[in-house]
Amino acid sequence: MVKWSDFERAAIQDIFSKIDYDVVGRAAFSRCLIVYPWTQRYFGSFGNLYNAAAITSNPKVAAHGKVIMAGLEKALTNMDDIKTTYKDLSVLHSEKLQVDPDNFNVKLFSFYCLTIVVAGQMGAAFTPEVQGAFQKFLAVVVASLRKQYH
Amino acid sequence: MSLSDKDKAAVKALWAKAEGKAAEMGGEALGRMLVSYPQTKTYFSHWGDLSPQSAKVKKHGAVIMGALGKAVKGIDDLTGTLAALSELHAFKLRVDPANFKILGHNIVLVLAMYFPADFTPEVHLSVEKFLQNVALALSEKYR
Repeated sequence: MVKWSDFERAAIQDIFSKIDYDVVGRAAFSRCLIVYPWTQRYFGSFGNLYNAAAITSNPKVAAHGKVIMAGLEKALTNMDDIKTTYKDLSVLHSEKLQVDPDNFNVKLFSFYCLTIVVAGQMGAAFTPEVQGAFQKFLAVVVASLRKQYH
Repeated sequence: MSLSDKDKAAVKALWAKAEGKAAEMGGEALGRMLVSYPQTKTYFSHWGDLSPQSAKVKKHGAVIMGALGKAVKGIDDLTGTLAALSELHAFKLRVDPANFKILGHNIVLVLAMYFPADFTPEVHLSVEKFLQNVALALSEKYR
């Protein structure tokens, strides 16, 4: 069971209340596809991902950004048991989508890009302590997504 | 993932803009790393105060960014430019090279916060490649 301090809980709720899900989801996901182009392997059906301009204007990318944010919101509303909340999502990613779990790594890839986009949006309000809380949240999300891999 | 001419140009252009604030950003990045990745504190335990506001953290952040500035200038030969620093990190500081990525992450984050309009995904890509190459050059003397 993950323990959240009052500060962490408040900081994470605050971040999600302040960000525009559509804008952030799309920006983070497209940034991920651009900066780590090998992640495109999982999105063969998305059409034109040929260059940065194509990716940022691709409607399927925008739509999937929203899906990711919706998934994160589930974790947000179930912060005390993200592991159980994500059981089906974990199975989906491991068995159906067969995503290399390294892709979820907070130090890299999509959640790192999310941190960057959120930081850009929040500016000075994204203090080091808030960053710490957000990264802890994402680390729990990542661990829960990896849970069902074997 | 070696640096193309486009990458080098992007890094140089961003650095030209960022240089004035480099010291401040370095302190910010180091401070953030110590808060968000507490395992990195072990390398600085002799400093006492490891909060982002600590004078030692800010000063050392500036030192790091100064070295990065040199790396930008010597971008065509990072191994050569960073040889002495590589020896320092390998033999004296004995920093696990896995940590270079972590600090790099925080430098990228701070760049994105200070220059949101300039830090497009394409510039981000070039900067990440640059930092990855810096990390590689810094690891050169380890074994």
